[in-house]
Amino acid sequence: MRVDGVPNVRTCIVPLREGINVYIQDKLADLPDAKFVGKPKKKIETDVFVVGAGPAGMCAAIESAEHGARVLIVDENQCVGGQLIKQTHKFFGSKQENAGTRGVVIAKELEQKLRELEKRGKVKIMTDSTVIGYYEGDKRHRFGVVERLSDYSSILYEVECNSVIVACGAMENMLLFPGNDLPSVYGAGAVQTLMNVYGVKPGNKVVMVGAGNVGLIVSYQLLQAGIDVDRVVEAAPVIGGYNVHAAKLCRCGVPIQTSHSIKEVYGKDGVEGAVVVGLDEKWQPIPGSEEKVECDTICLAVGLTPAIRLLSQIGVETEFVPEAGGYVALHDDSMQTTVKGVYVAGDSSGIEEASTAMIEGKIAGLSAAIMLGHKSKENKKLLEQYCEELKKLRAGPFGEKPRAAKKKIASFMEKKR
Amino acid sequence: MKDYEKNGVLSLEDLRLPSKKQLEKGVAILECVQEIPCNPCVDSCPVNAISMKDINAVPVNDFDRCIGCGKCVGLCPGLAIFVVKIKDGKASIMLPYEFLPVPIVGEKVHVLDRNGKACGNGLVKRVVKIGKTMVVTVEVDEKLAMDVRNIRV
Repeated sequence: MRVDGVPNVRTCIVPLREGINVYIQDKLADLPDAKFVGKPKKKIETDVFVVGAGPAGMCAAIESAEHGARVLIVDENQCVGGQLIKQTHKFFGSKQENAGTRGVVIAKELEQKLRELEKRGKVKIMTDSTVIGYYEGDKRHRFGVVERLSDYSSILYEVECNSVIVACGAMENMLLFPGNDLPSVYGAGAVQTLMNVYGVKPGNKVVMVGAGNVGLIVSYQLLQAGIDVDRVVEAAPVIGGYNVHAAKLCRCGVPIQTSHSIKEVYGKDGVEGAVVVGLDEKWQPIPGSEEKVECDTICLAVGLTPAIRLLSQIGVETEFVPEAGGYVALHDDSMQTTVKGVYVAGDSSGIEEASTAMIEGKIAGLSAAIMLGHKSKENKKLLEQYCEELKKLRAGPFGEKPRAAKKKIASFMEKKR
Repeated sequence: MKDYEKNGVLSLEDLRLPSKKQLEKGVAILECVQEIPCNPCVDSCPVNAISMKDINAVPVNDFDRCIGCGKCVGLCPGLAIFVVKIKDGKASIMLPYEFLPVPIVGEKVHVLDRNGKACGNGLVKRVVKIGKTMVVTVEVDEKLAMDVRNIRV
């Protein structure tokens, strides 16, 4: 979109203001004129550069800063918190992992810690800022960051750092079916953003696709927002998410249909309904089992793929690990990748959930601080403690997938050595 | 494969249930049957009735020790705990409620089972906030003690 003459504005994440002109940009934009790019490049030097201010990134930044490193943390959204800011449900885990606290409250607590560290000059926080690439640096790592300003113009920063912690989360998976390009076919994360961040009702009657924790939780939140959820369909024969989440939905009268999927979505200018179909044990549609369901919104919660593009550009080794959600950056127990000083944490290192992402962030942050020279017995012990916490959280049956993923990653790492 | 793995709905066979006598005293029923990494219920219990071998284990409530205070009802992140007390042919059910409007004491509400099906009427006896979660106590016929797990205001 073009906003006040500025092309290539992502209006989905840029705040709206009174009196601005928004136009559909139906062709490639001209290279911006001097007025747009005319601002001089700025330079920031830091010890640790954290990309992404979600649960993993925020914990990484806090941990690094509290252990003596100067930290710059950037996020492309307007506020820090990542997915936490839309998570209105109470977290699982134990006391250390904020069990019983709602995600949105955890986000506030972490932000407060970051702001305090910022006041003390230990952390610099940049929101509305996107890392655009990795550049040739001598000895230190060098990145380009574009900060979007309130007048829709931007400033280019050159960031030089000793270590970088990439915690840019994941992208929602899409599902192939006729009609998946109709307006009101959403990813579950998008629906959550509309509802819980912007206070916008995404629709009136939803069919949720996917009964993992994301699908179950977002369905429940839709009900809380006063939106009808017709049903949850899940292609697998069993519900993937926790039963407690499923049970909450069931007792509100929302049926969960396992071994069912969406065959197509129909509608003229938007979603008017979906055809739901039963699947056999080979996950193939059962002819004659089609059912037409009237709805105005389709919500896809069919998994996530780690966001690793920046890591790939840096040149870290990646491998395809299905249990981790796709290609992931190989990393060791300290969350360091195959490139020295480059760390990864959270969903970028394999799809999991926020509690483990926060601990991974702490591990990466502390490791980065240790590498910078803040070595001590206490720090080593703390690191071991975090690794132990992580192990505990993954010990149960629901930790099977991440356990398998991390095992594969470790064995790939072993081979590279 | 258990039915709840397919449809999400627990049946009484999946649960550890208290005796009649324990129900007369009023006890917490933990409808948490999977090994998930979570233990706030253990920490929430003032009389140490709820225990777990480790953070991934299924919690167990010692019904003899449980005083039915309902702290765990408000603190369970999975909203999976209900306190049930039977007295004089009536059952009072303490349940977590995260919807608006919040019912008021004395209000008549529809009561729903684990499938969300309306199975009668209930009278709201108590509404409190435990932690940051509303906990509603609803009184129903004794027969519905093990069925009612939600309300519709």
